[in-house]
Formats: sequence, C-alpha cells, structure tokens
Amino acid sequence: MRAKISRRTLLKGLVAAMASTISMAPSRKSSAHDFQGYETNRGVLVDVSRCVGCRSCEVACSREHGLAPPPGLVDNYRLLDQQQQGMRRTDQNAFTVVNRHESPLLTHPLFKKTQCNHCLEPACLTACFVNAYTKTPEGAVIYDADVCVGCRTCMVACPFSIPAFKYDSALAPQIMKCNFCFDTRLSRGRPPACVEACPMEALTFGYRNDLLRVARKRIRDTPGRYEKAVYGEFEAGGTSWLYISPVPFEQAGFDIHVPRQPILNYVKDFLAVVPMVLTIWPGLFAGIYLLARANKTHKNTNDHEDVSDETSER
Amino acid sequence: MKPVSANMTDAVGQATIVSGSHRGLLDKIFLGLSIRNYLGQLLTNPVNWILGLILAIGIPLLCQRYLFGLQAITHGSQDYPWGILLGFGLFGMVPLSASGFLLSTTVEIFRRDDFLPIERLALLNGLLGYFFAVVFLLVDLGMPWRLTYPMVVSFGPAAVLFLVAWHVATYLSVQVAEMLPAVSEWADWPGLKRFIKKITLGLTIAGIILSTLHQGALGALFCYAPAKIHPLWIAPEFQWLHFFVSSIFAGLCMVIVVSWLVKHTMTWRCDRRFLSTLDGITLGLAKGAALALITYLVIKLVAIAHDQEWLLLISGWGLYYLLELGLGTVVPLVIFAYGVRHSRVTMVRWGALLAVAGIVWNRLNTVLICYNYRLHQEIPYWKELWVVLTVLGFYFIVYRFILYRIPVLFRWRQ
Repeated sequence: MRAKISRRTLLKGLVAAMASTISMAPSRKSSAHDFQGYETNRGVLVDVSRCVGCRSCEVACSREHGLAPPPGLVDNYRLLDQQQQGMRRTDQNAFTVVNRHESPLLTHPLFKKTQCNHCLEPACLTACFVNAYTKTPEGAVIYDADVCVGCRTCMVACPFSIPAFKYDSALAPQIMKCNFCFDTRLSRGRPPACVEACPMEALTFGYRNDLLRVARKRIRDTPGRYEKAVYGEFEAGGTSWLYISPVPFEQAGFDIHVPRQPILNYVKDFLAVVPMVLTIWPGLFAGIYLLARANKTHKNTNDHEDVSDETSER
Repeated sequence: MKPVSANMTDAVGQATIVSGSHRGLLDKIFLGLSIRNYLGQLLTNPVNWILGLILAIGIPLLCQRYLFGLQAITHGSQDYPWGILLGFGLFGMVPLSASGFLLSTTVEIFRRDDFLPIERLALLNGLLGYFFAVVFLLVDLGMPWRLTYPMVVSFGPAAVLFLVAWHVATYLSVQVAEMLPAVSEWADWPGLKRFIKKITLGLTIAGIILSTLHQGALGALFCYAPAKIHPLWIAPEFQWLHFFVSSIFAGLCMVIVVSWLVKHTMTWRCDRRFLSTLDGITLGLAKGAALALITYLVIKLVAIAHDQEWLLLISGWGLYYLLELGLGTVVPLVIFAYGVRHSRVTMVRWGALLAVAGIVWNRLNTVLICYNYRLHQEIPYWKELWVVLTVLGFYFIVYRFILYRIPVLFRWRQ
C-alpha cells in the first residue's frame, strides 16, 4: 500500500514537473520580447549643462495645468539651496521641479529638472489594476482619474517616484503627474509648456529616435563636456525624456539604481506561475484527497470507531 | 478577562438549561441572559472599557479621514504611498489569515480528522482576517467607494494587484461558504449545511488555489519596486515564494496563539472535545509550522545565494536582516523542534507568538522600513496608528461576538 502510494505520488510529481517545464519554456521566450516603443514617440532632451535654475519651466507648468504657483520665486536661490539634496520632489502642486546639485568636478552648481519621464514601457501602467494609465503613440503616459481607485501602486512601482497623490481631498483624491501636456499641446504636435518656456534651450523637443542622435552628436562634437551616456536611453526600458550631463549622473541628482529593463520584467516570473497553479493544483489536491480517503476507509474497516464517528459528524 | 468568564459561566449555565426547549433568537443573541444582565455583564468587563477608550478616540479619527481625506490622519507621504494602514492591515493580516485554507486542507483533503476540533476556529480566523484586511483597505484606499471597479468597471488584468483583488474577493466568498455550516447549526437551517457539505471538496481546493496565488501575489507586488526596497528584502524571482511559504507558518502559528487565548479567556465556551484535544493539536500544528519555517529559511538563503548578497549581510542592514530572520524564524524553529519533541505545549505557544510577531515584522520591513531605504524613514503619524488600533478593536469585538455564539469552539447539540 505504502509503496504504491509513494510511486503514484512520484509519478504525479514527475507529471507536474514535466508540465511546469513545458509551460515555463514558452513563457521565458515571450518575456524576451522586444518592444522598442512607438516610432511616433516624442520626447525631450534635457541638457543639464545648459540649465541655470531659473525655474521658468515650473512656472509655465503650473500655469498650463492650473496648479498653485511654485513657491519661492522671489527668493529663488534660497529655495534652490534647500533643494540641494533633491529635497523637493514632484507632488500634487508641482508636476515638475528643479533641484540644485553640487558636483566636486565643477566650480558651479548644476540644476536638474524632474518630471514624469514617460517611459516606453511604463511601470505605473503595468502596475495599475484598473487600467487608468495609457501610453499614447505620441509618447505621453496619461492618467484617467475617472477609474482610479486610489490604491497608489503606481507610486510604489514608478522607478523615478514621480506620481503624487492628492491626499488632502476626501471626495476626489487622484494621482497628480505630468502628462506631457497631452490634451493641450502634444496631441496637436506642439511641445509641452516647459520646453517652450525654457530661455536657455536646455530642453529640446522632438521624436525620441532623433533626440538620441542629437544627444550622441552633442557628446561627440564637444569632447570632454559630457558624460558619454544618455540617461533614459535604457533606464527602466527606455524613457521619452532623455538627459545628458557634464558630470557622472549620480552627481547631478539622478538615480543610478533604476534598473535597465522595464519594471514589468521583474513581475513576469510570478505571472508565469499563475496559470501553472490554476491548472496543476486542482488535479494534485483532488488526487491527494482520493488517496487519503482510500487510506482512511481501509483503516476504518480494521479498527477505531471514534474516527468514523468524527467523520460522520461533519 | 477572568471576571467575564465567571459571569459567562452563569450565562451558559442558563443557556444549557433552556437549550433543551426551543431557543429563541433573542436567547441566542444575548446568550440566554436578559438584555439588562447582558449589558451589565458588558460593563463589568475591563476589556470592554479599554475597547471603549480605543473606539472613543478612533471613531472620530475615522470620521475625520472620510470628511477631510487621508491627509487628516496620515502624513500623506508621497515617498511612502503605503503606510502602516496597509503595511499592517493588508500585508500583515493576510498571512496570519492563511489558517483557513491550511486547516481545511488538512482536514478535508488530507483527511486528518485529529485536527477537526480546531478546523472551524481556523476557518473563522481566516475569514475575519481577510474581512478586516478589506476594512483596512477601505480606510486606506483613496476612493473606497470604487473598491469594485477592478471587477466591474475597468480591467487591468496584467497587473498583480488585479489578481489580488479578484482572488481576495473570491476567496472571501469561499470562506463565507465554508463558515456557513456553523451558522446553519446556530440558526437551525439544516438544508444549508447539507448543501455546503456537498461542495466542500470544491471549496477547499478553490481555497488552496486562491490562497497560493494571492499570498504569493502580495509578495510579487513588491517586485514592482526592485530598486527601492533593500536588496535583502526583495528577490524578484523568489518573492512570491517567500510570501507564500511564510504565510503557511504564519497561519498555523496564528491558530496556535488564538486557541491559546481562547482556552484561557473563553473556557466556558469551549467544549470538552476542544479543551482535551487542544494540547495535542497545538503540537501537531507546531510540527507543520516547523516544516514551513525550515523551508522558508532555506529559500531565504537560496535568494541571497542567487543574488550573491552575502557581503550585504555584514552591513548594518544585514545585521537587521539577520535579527529579523533569527528572532522571527530561527528561534521559533528551535522552540518548535524542542517543544514538539518534549511535548512542551506552553513553550510551543510562546514560540508561535514569536513567529506571528516575526512575520508581521517582516511585512512591515518590506513595506515601510526597508522600502526607500536610501531616503528618509517614514514614522507613522499617531492618528494613523490609532486608526489601526481602532480597526483591530472592531476585529476583536466581532471575533469575540462570533466565538461566543456560533458553534466554533463547541459542537452544537440538538
């Protein structure tokens, strides 16, 4: 009896293992898919070396989206001082912020603009369980407040920590984040408000593929002026906003721990497990049940009245 | 709690006398006491005074939350979107509620009838744990009235949270169905019990599937933040397995702890079968928990080996990690191994309490303490903590209310 059961369990285990290998194989292949983003994906190239920290982009942004005017415009430098460690981040009142960063390699400070980077494969979109996010062919990652439940998983998922939540609203809290000025500008092919407002031409609007060429050309043409990399080319699977910097990116306030593949890739291992559990568990546990019952009936015929007593009570 | 049980023994004494005849609904609800006696008994119980104090402050805080938004009771942190409300309420409560599927599997699938006396307690613990995890969600979600949106309005089926939402909702209904036999005995609806009995096997297997997936999915949720959480607490390939396996011993240990508490504070409500078998059952549960603990420990080490994080272990975070793993996993494991071998039931119970605390600690570490470890630490606002306490207060009240009445700790005698 005992030997028979273990052999059967062993066979079951083998079948399960085979089934899992078979079902794992195609899923691994499909995870190495190669979505390179839309051809029409627009983007912005940010040249960190050109930004002087005037924060005109912040003003233009808050005006465009009807947000509260950014703080500290009168006493600009003091505010930027406070932001030295990147203390200011995007929140419900600011879709973009400029922070000051000191680099030991330079005698002057650097200023870095932060906003939604509009990833090619956005983590917020893949994490959203009500599909509130859309990646438009123009490249913008836009958000629909009408279906949002307010779970804030997108805020956890965003590798750049961009989405902010309107915690102070009881009835209409929602995610607040840059939408690339999609409704008012991008959908008509116009650059976003911040780009138009920049007096230093630190921001260049265009097709992402073109911008990558522009960035590489700038790096090539002025040797020694830039780090030889474009931040956003591969980060989180590639972003619409691209950056070039005169110093190593971590010194200019960039998060260099952002993975180089789309965040979705980290979740795929689990998603592949789901169909396996759904298909294997029922047969496996029904089998165990049958074995256990057979075992019990066999035992009951020999002895122990209280066991059958207990069973009948259920 | 002692004075209550003394009081209640009277109540049950009366109830058993009445039970021979036809018991009215009021008798069932007020435990055979007159309404006046029942209220008097509530007031003399010091536990109720503590609960009253918690709720007296907590209910206005809840009103504040719904009138003025989450900002009113939390820090409203943009860097820590999930605070202690979810960190404890959802991520901490759900593994402790794995008890339902574990014990129904043990009894209904593995046919271990020796665990039958505790099956209903485990089922109830599971059901209430999930229900109150949802209550915590209703407090924490920005728009709680849209809780059903992922089911009816807008679908994001590729998201891990979509799976969690569907599975928790389905599993909650499965657990309600699994508790119905007890309710049907209490309410005298024998037909209902017969029906549920026919579909028990299906319900149980559904429970295993749903639990495996959403316990795992809660872990997989953190795979969305692979670079934000300290590497020791996140292993994208193994995260779902860590969460699933740890829910096994968490659920079993929670049953040990709850049954321990119930045995001492509600002795009057337990029948002889429950009281006489509990020690043996506790040791059996501890044996199961020990197996899950050692499995968990091994796959935690596998994750460290896989990601080559050995050097991280000698950093400050590494010591903290070893402390968590040592106190929450290794110590209970040693206690269980020794306690089961030498039949030291009380020792095993303390070990179970430690494991329960350890698993909640692990979840809090993942959600809060080791999340955004390169940024500032988020220390919860006292109001948020108090709201957690308040929901736990409601949990306690409902739990106790049901245990007093529905045949969970005792068998219904017709």
